[in-house]
Amino acid sequence: MAAINVSKLNLWYGDFQALININANFSEKKITAMIGPSGCGKSTLLRVFNRMNDLIEGVRVTGKVSINSENIISNKTDLIVLRKKVGMVFQRPNPFPLSIYENIVFGQRVHAQGLTKVKLDEVAEDSLRSVLLWDELKDKLNKSALSLSLEQKQRLCIARLIAVKPEILLMDEPCSTLDPQATSRIEELMRELKNNYTIIIVTHNMQQAARVSDETGFMLLGELVEFGKTEEIFTRPRDKKTEDYITGRYG
Amino acid sequence: MLRHLDEELKELHKEILKMGVFAQEAIFKSVESLKNRDKDMAQEVIGNDQKIDELELAIDEKCIDLIARYQPMASDLRYITTGMKINAELERIADIALDIAQRSLFLIGKPLLKPLVDIPKLSAVAQNMVRDAIDAFIKRDVQLARQVVLADSEADKLRNQVQDELINDYLALDSKTAERAVALLLITRFLERICDHATNVAEDVIYMVEARVVKHHPEELK
Repeated sequence: MAAINVSKLNLWYGDFQALININANFSEKKITAMIGPSGCGKSTLLRVFNRMNDLIEGVRVTGKVSINSENIISNKTDLIVLRKKVGMVFQRPNPFPLSIYENIVFGQRVHAQGLTKVKLDEVAEDSLRSVLLWDELKDKLNKSALSLSLEQKQRLCIARLIAVKPEILLMDEPCSTLDPQATSRIEELMRELKNNYTIIIVTHNMQQAARVSDETGFMLLGELVEFGKTEEIFTRPRDKKTEDYITGRYG
Repeated sequence: MLRHLDEELKELHKEILKMGVFAQEAIFKSVESLKNRDKDMAQEVIGNDQKIDELELAIDEKCIDLIARYQPMASDLRYITTGMKINAELERIADIALDIAQRSLFLIGKPLLKPLVDIPKLSAVAQNMVRDAIDAFIKRDVQLARQVVLADSEADKLRNQVQDELINDYLALDSKTAERAVALLLITRFLERICDHATNVAEDVIYMVEARVVKHHPEELK
C-alpha cells in the first residue's frame, strides 16, 4: 500500500523548475531511498512531503501529493498536523539546547498540552527505547542534549520525532556527519523502525541506499528517471542514465 | 568518463581470455591425443593443469578484490560476478580435458577398438561451443550466446548415438572390449559435459549483457 502517492508533481523556485512531472508511490512501512547528483531535486522532493519548501520564498507547486487520501499540497492543509504526521531528520543533528528529556517531550508539550508528568515520562522512555538510547541515557535525562555524541544526537532527534507518533519519517542525509560505525548503527535502527514507520531517505551514499532501502528512486535534473525495487535498480537498472550514475560514469 | 575501474576490468578481461585460451587448448590437445594416439600430447594436457588451476585462483582473487574495493553496481557488478562464474566453468572444462587425456593414455596402450568417427564429431561440436561461448563473452554477443545454448541438444543427440553404438555393438557382444568401450563411453560423456559447461558460459553471458536469467528458463531464450 502506498503511504504517499505523488502525481504530476511540479515545483518551481521562482523561474527555476526544480521538480518536473514526478509520479511515484512510496510504499508503507518500507524504506525508500532517493539518490541522484547534487541539485537533482531529491531533497526538494523530500521537503514537499512535509511542506518544508513553504519556508522558501517564491516556491510554487502543482500536482498532487496524497497522504491518507488527503492532498497535502492544498492550501487547506493544516501544516502542524501534517508535520506531526510526517517528521524530518536532517543532515546535522539539531537537538534543542534543552535537556535530553525536554527534547523528547517537546513535541508532546506542543501537540498534546496538559499531559501528566507520568504520561510524559512514559513517552520519553518509549521514544528513547525505540532508538535504543534508553539504557545509555536513562540516568542522564536532565543533562543537556548538546553534551551527547553526534550519533546520540541524531538518535535523539529521531526519538523526538517518534514521540509525537508520526507515520512517515523523512531523512535527509542522516548519516553524512557520522563515522562508519555510527552510520551502521543508524542503518540498523532504520531497519527496526520500518516495522512501524514509512521511511524515505535522501542519500549521496549509494552503498547506503543499496544496503538499507527496499525501493530506490533515481533523480536527475528535476526528473524521477527510475523508481523500483532496490535490488533491481542496483543490479539491472532499466535506464541508461541510472546505469551511468550508479556505476560512476555520470559527469 | 574513464574510470580507474575500467582499467582494472580490462586487466580482468585479459586474464579471463587467457583462461579461455587455456581451456580451448586443453580440449583440442586431449582430443588430438586420442585421434592420433599421441602420448606426449596427452601428457602435455595433464602437465598444463596446474597453471590453469593457478590462473583460476588468481582470477577469483582479482574479482573478490574488485568487489571489495569498488563495490560495483549494475553492469560492473554483473560483469565481475559473471567473470567469476565463467572462470569456474572454464577451469572445469580444462579439468574434463585432463580426464579425456587420461582415458586417451589408457587407450593408446591398447589395440584400436574401432575407427573414431562420431567422437571426433562430438568433440568438434564441443570445441565450437566453447569457442563461441568465449567469443560471445568477448563481444558481449547475446545472439551468439543464444546459438551456443541451442546447440547443446545436438551434443546430447551425438552422445546418445555414440553411447548406443558402444553398448550395442561392443559391450553387449564381446566382454573383452569392455575396458576400451567403457573408456570411450567416458570420453563421450566428458565431451558432452564440456558442452554443458559451454552452455553455462553462454547463459551467463546473456545475464551479463541483458540482466536476463535464461538458466533453467528455456522459455526466456525465445
